[in-house]
Amino acid sequence: MNIEELIETEQQERERQAGLRNRILCCSVAGCTAAAGSAAIRGSIEAAIQEQGLPGEVEVCGTGCLGLCGHAPCVRSANLNETYHDVTAADAPYLVRGDRSRFEGRTVRDTDAFYAGQCRVVLENAGRVDPERVLDYIAAGGYKGLLKVISEMTPFEVVEEIKKSGLRGRGGAGYPTGLKWELVARQESPVKYVICNADEGDPGAFMDRSVLEGDPHRVLEGMAIAAFAVGATQGYIYVRGESPLAVERVRTAIRQAEREGLLGNRVLDHNFQFRIDVRIGAGAYVCGEETALIASIEGQRGTPRPRPPYPPEKGLWGAPTLINNVETFANIAPIIRKGSAWYASMGTAASRGTKVYALAGRIAKPGLVEVPMGTPLRTILFDIAGGVPAGYAFKAAQTGGPAAGCIPAQHLDVPMEYESLQAIGSMIGSGGLIVVDNSVCMVDLARFFMEFCMDESCGKCIPCRAGTVQMHDTLDRIIKGRGSEADLDLLAELAGLMRATSLCGLGMAAPNPVMSTLRHFKDEYLAHIHEHRCLAGSCTPREEVALV
Amino acid sequence: MTDTDRAQRLERVMARHGYSGDSLIEVLHSAQSLYGYLSPKLLALVATKLKLPPSRVVGVATFYHLFALAPKAPHQAMVCMGTACHTAGAPELARVFHDYFPDWQVKVGRCVGCCGLAPMVICDGKPQIRLTPEKLIRQVEDLLQP
Ligand SMILES: Cc1cc2nc3c(=O)[nH]c(=O)nc-3n(C[C@H](O)[C@H](O)[C@H](O)COP(=O)(O)O)c2cc1C
Ligand code: FES
Repeated sequence: MNIEELIETEQQERERQAGLRNRILCCSVAGCTAAAGSAAIRGSIEAAIQEQGLPGEVEVCGTGCLGLCGHAPCVRSANLNETYHDVTAADAPYLVRGDRSRFEGRTVRDTDAFYAGQCRVVLENAGRVDPERVLDYIAAGGYKGLLKVISEMTPFEVVEEIKKSGLRGRGGAGYPTGLKWELVARQESPVKYVICNADEGDPGAFMDRSVLEGDPHRVLEGMAIAAFAVGATQGYIYVRGESPLAVERVRTAIRQAEREGLLGNRVLDHNFQFRIDVRIGAGAYVCGEETALIASIEGQRGTPRPRPPYPPEKGLWGAPTLINNVETFANIAPIIRKGSAWYASMGTAASRGTKVYALAGRIAKPGLVEVPMGTPLRTILFDIAGGVPAGYAFKAAQTGGPAAGCIPAQHLDVPMEYESLQAIGSMIGSGGLIVVDNSVCMVDLARFFMEFCMDESCGKCIPCRAGTVQMHDTLDRIIKGRGSEADLDLLAELAGLMRATSLCGLGMAAPNPVMSTLRHFKDEYLAHIHEHRCLAGSCTPREEVALV
Repeated sequence: MTDTDRAQRLERVMARHGYSGDSLIEVLHSAQSLYGYLSPKLLALVATKLKLPPSRVVGVATFYHLFALAPKAPHQAMVCMGTACHTAGAPELARVFHDYFPDWQVKVGRCVGCCGLAPMVICDGKPQIRLTPEKLIRQVEDLLQP
């Protein structure tokens, strides 16, 4: 495909879609497909279209995450601007007919707080585009960003544009993306690589896989723009082995993009070459760490190595390597298309743009939401996601997996951005938000995360390998009613040691959940120690306590 | 598939990667999906073909959780112990297998990415969602019906 053809294809497909009476889009990512059977529902809708004699007028297709994952499966009626949840196959004829009365109590309109309160950039195509059809992506303005950089911009200008946008890495650390690109672009080397980190190992995080499964071309386009900017010709997407659907979708997308000449030897018929290969992880959390991920692509054990040198200098096979997160890449095409000023107008001074959060736990509408950086936690949880169901009380939100911390009720108004969360001992991390109610014991939660880190420690450095075991056993002792106050000092000492001396982020961050629960919920620790009692009433095998 | 077919397919996968040591993880993924698990013989074969020391191959195979080094039992369950599932009662679900279905091979998973439907267990490849211990017992019994 060359530039004219891309523009023509966009127009043709747009007109075709506009000519339809309705488009029914079934969520076709993880939860809705695998667990809740949206594929069967799609089949029933197809049959209902035939039955009602509407082929060519009403169309059914898959789409990215509609956001209401806790009420799967979800289906969207495009022309009615409505999304229905808890859909069954029996609803199919009503969907096709556009009979809205059937869905009373199961309808979320675009004007309702759940959607109207969001600001969708990364998820803009969810509910609009079929992830398995490149034409759909093109009709929604896809690959226009790539077209723009190839035909109008120099690599230097692209890097400047990303710098001006203020985009920061969404993989957890929040490193300014433009600066990272500049570092790689400056290296003199005939070979450079671009890697997309799609390992997403944080338990409770499902943003990246939803983006890959729901809008894979957006990530490919972001990677291609990055490759143009830094001068790379080969890219890799490292996808978590536990997400087979994401692997399949990405592979399909790469095949389609290559066939259309959007990736390959002459991208858009220009003198720019870029290929992408998929690498599948094999279930090791530490492989999300960039140097471990690189080792894994090289076919080695996924253990991190000391930095510097950082990957922009010495990465994959020793060559300069740009490594960014899925959501980071997903932001690139819109920034190029709409300009850095537009992007920088969202969010706060230090954290620009939007962030996708995966909500789970005790919340009315678990699922995916995207809001501007700096949105207060209360707005996300209560205004958009419907708050905590009746009969339960909000206790804390656990952010960003085993590396982050908890946000207790008194901090509900904290603006969600990198620095303000750090100030209260938490962090955005990758973007998982798990709401826990009063029945969850925070000491038990801390032990849960420590057990995770203990299992996942790669064993290369001693502070992490031995420290996680020590901390876990200490927490276990406290929970079983055999702890003492001295154990709390021991926890703090171990935490300091691990933070200062671990080789990679896994060991450095492993103490975070412990220290943050100690900070906000010390009374629960003390109740376990002094009264052999769990304030939440959830943990402690009581027999064991009785033995003490 | 016969053993010869399997061997041929694995050979083709290695050939496609040019028998390069860098492709070790891809090759192990393929070997496992062909044979079900990675036997010592299979690991030795891969080491020879890719010209890698056996220690490197075994080291990689044991490092990653998804590689199975022993044959799989006829029934497999993966109990998700991600944060959402854990706080929604996953530990009790693991106990169901221990108490009622001891012949199932039970693994612990770290978040399948369907946290909105927690807690969940994947039984013989089929995801079971929004579980309680009672519901899980019913679902497993249904699965075991011929
Ligand atoms: C233990 C550990 C796990 C990590 N897991 C991930 C992950 O799953 N996905 C991710 O994008 N980054 C992960 N990171 C961060 C990466 O090392 C790296 O900073 C990131 O991919 C850079 O991309 P960004 O600049 O776009 O954020 C992890 C880091 C550590 C220390
Ligand atoms: S925690 Fe179980 S699916 Fe995410």
